[in-house]
Amino acid sequence: MSESLEYDVLVIGGGPAGSTAARYAAKNGAKTLVIEKRQEIGSPVRCGEGVSLSWLEELEIEDYDRWTAARVKGARIYSPSGHMLQITEKMAGDEVGVVCERDLFDKDMARLAVEAGADFMMKTYAVSLIEEDGKFKGVMARRMGKELEIRADLVIGADGWESQVGRWAGLYEAIPPKDIMTCFQYRMTGIEFDEDYTHFYLGSEAPGGYVWVFPKGPRTANVGLGIHMSSLDGSKTPKDYLDELIASREEFSKGEPVDMVAGAVAVTHPPETVTVDGLMLVGDASRVVDPMTGGGIVNGLKQGKIAGEFAAQCVKEGRFDKEYLQEYEKRWRDRLENRLWRNYMAKEKATTLDDGTFDKLIDSLSDIELDRVSIMAILEGVQKKYPELIKEFEDML
Amino acid sequence: MSKPCIDLDACMRCGACVGTCPVNAMFLKEYTVEVNDDCTSCGLCEKVCPVGAVSLGGE
Repeated sequence: MSESLEYDVLVIGGGPAGSTAARYAAKNGAKTLVIEKRQEIGSPVRCGEGVSLSWLEELEIEDYDRWTAARVKGARIYSPSGHMLQITEKMAGDEVGVVCERDLFDKDMARLAVEAGADFMMKTYAVSLIEEDGKFKGVMARRMGKELEIRADLVIGADGWESQVGRWAGLYEAIPPKDIMTCFQYRMTGIEFDEDYTHFYLGSEAPGGYVWVFPKGPRTANVGLGIHMSSLDGSKTPKDYLDELIASREEFSKGEPVDMVAGAVAVTHPPETVTVDGLMLVGDASRVVDPMTGGGIVNGLKQGKIAGEFAAQCVKEGRFDKEYLQEYEKRWRDRLENRLWRNYMAKEKATTLDDGTFDKLIDSLSDIELDRVSIMAILEGVQKKYPELIKEFEDML
Repeated sequence: MSKPCIDLDACMRCGACVGTCPVNAMFLKEYTVEVNDDCTSCGLCEKVCPVGAVSLGGE
């Protein structure tokens, strides 16, 4: 006879979105458990680690020192021939942020969930969903090799990019290769770069994506790239692209790697639905990664809070049916969906641009005083210097 | 074509192939990636792998 546990809310996955959903569910009175398949929250890191701080207040977080590796003054975006657009903190509001230590970051989000009353269980993974009368009622899991039944009124799938929960629940739609970015990164040490900025390189060094250099400390940075899968012809892997890039630049090739990170993200449009009877998805599992940047933390946190608060409401009302869960769909879409769609359209455009167009685009922006980063300000800058280029972007106006 | 062969010495267990698989035939385990019989040998896992650890070379 296997062990059996009962909870109001069961969260599958202890990443930032899962922990935040658990935090707000527990805070609002729901008996909540997070299960995490790994033996350590946040490790191994699978992330470039750049994150804005625009969400601190919304997520009621005051202290970010404990997981901050480096504060930056702004971002620098380079075209293939070296034109540079500098975005400062003043221009971007609080969108410019920090480079974090993701393992510490994830553990801090877990701490907040625990302090709100959530339970955590490590090295425990879901094997299958428990389904009764067409409703999901928890999971069968394995914990340290032993079978475990975890019954819950509401299951929250926060199991990331490769979400099994979403697939089991029938919420899975195959992602087209053009909406998949495949990534490889080294943490390089002993390199030379301006440590006060995050750096983004556009163009064919990372087809359809970009190269990033995010400072992590003295002469140390995450140097990585993301490439759209449809831009790969099979002759080179993302690692090959990055190795070539590092070898071609003395400021990087003089350093050495001390960490390797691989992974993929879905840079796709918001899905049709992320809810079924007794179950909802959050974070990367619900495909809320920003399609323009590939960043998933902030949207996951914001959506996690919405999910947790609503989960507690479900518990109070005793309603877990799909119809009732539409309120969750409405709330997170009101908060995130417009921007996700807009950035998806922008990404679709950006992946068609050649190196020459990136040069003109960045050149036309680098010599105007941008006091705010907005699509309109950017387009006005382009119009002034390269009026013929504006046709490329007409459909975005 | 056969099921994908994963070079576990190169594999970083990142899950890129698992999330890409259009028929949900791949599973990320702690020390390996499992492929079940639903696999259609479509090759997307080979293409998405950031480090070239997946190959569909035939038996």
